[in-house]
Amino acid sequence: MIFSLAIYAAPYTSQASDSAFRFASALLENGHTLYRVFFYQDGVHTASSLSTPQQDETHFTQNWQALAKNHNIDLVVCIAAALKRGLLNQQEASRYDKTAYNLATGFEISGLGQLVDAAVISDRLVTFGG
Amino acid sequence: MTKTPSKKLLFISRHAPYGSSLAKDALDAVLASSAYDQQLSLLFMDDGVFQLLNNQSATEISQKSFSSLLPVLPLYEINSIYVHYESLEKRHITINELVLDSVQIIDSTAVCSLLAKQDQLLSF
Amino acid sequence: MSTLHTINKSPFSHATLASCLQVCGKQDGILLLEDGVFGGLSSAPCAEELSMMIAAGVKVYALKGDVSARGLNGKIHADIQLTDYNGFVQLSIEHKCVQSWY
Repeated sequence: MIFSLAIYAAPYTSQASDSAFRFASALLENGHTLYRVFFYQDGVHTASSLSTPQQDETHFTQNWQALAKNHNIDLVVCIAAALKRGLLNQQEASRYDKTAYNLATGFEISGLGQLVDAAVISDRLVTFGG
Repeated sequence: MTKTPSKKLLFISRHAPYGSSLAKDALDAVLASSAYDQQLSLLFMDDGVFQLLNNQSATEISQKSFSSLLPVLPLYEINSIYVHYESLEKRHITINELVLDSVQIIDSTAVCSLLAKQDQLLSF
Repeated sequence: MSTLHTINKSPFSHATLASCLQVCGKQDGILLLEDGVFGGLSSAPCAEELSMMIAAGVKVYALKGDVSARGLNGKIHADIQLTDYNGFVQLSIEHKCVQSWY
């Protein structure tokens, strides 16, 4: 089956981010396809390249990067939610004259339409909210 | 080329407006979906029914009022709008207090059936 | 077609489980995860309604990792089936849609 996930919660603040990652890992281990993970609302913070958890804490950003690279998963961050929360890629930083950008490699900024597209393409859409 | 049949997508909006971004984010997602030629429905339930109250004026809290936002739904051809009866009743909200005229008020049994008819649920 | 309902909040502080039980169908499934596993306690506000749902044939599950983490082993309703993420994936396939109550 083809799955997509929608993640609306920030990493660390609630358990949702961890639950989503474990679900993603399990579905892949069971031979299913993960088409897209859509980060919306505070979920966009997962895509920050500046995330610096302690050594003994889960590194969600890196975990998603590795999973996406190994399984060719589309990690999409909603542009509207990202910009207002200070998550910018190089293009948006340049557009808005910002001195820095922080979108982690492997994540892509795009519109809400990608959530709808995921719902249309996938057999199952599972939401993880905080 | 055969066109892929459209899916039935139900957006479920359960949070009150203004206190969190969930209500507005749900609405933005619904409006974005109108461009995708799918069979869209929207259900207001729990505190989500508060989004429908008329006479909202959110200027003093620097937010866009839902009383102004929601009436654009039909303009985006989102006409299948459901409101959970028991959520209204619990909050003592009557039909004439709602900002939208053409909503379908449905009870819990009907909500259960509505969910069962969908291809995807987008939970807000 | 049936729905898998996921509950991640404690019914002692949130009304999500109660709302779910209002609209849950007999063919549906309920998965308690994260703080939602507190909904499996006999002391939980919706305990009676949840028992009635189970008696009516609704399958209720709880993620065992979340149950253990919270010291609830042996305290969850006997008819709630403990499962893991593989089970969660399987449930999402067995039901047509997933409604996430958060």
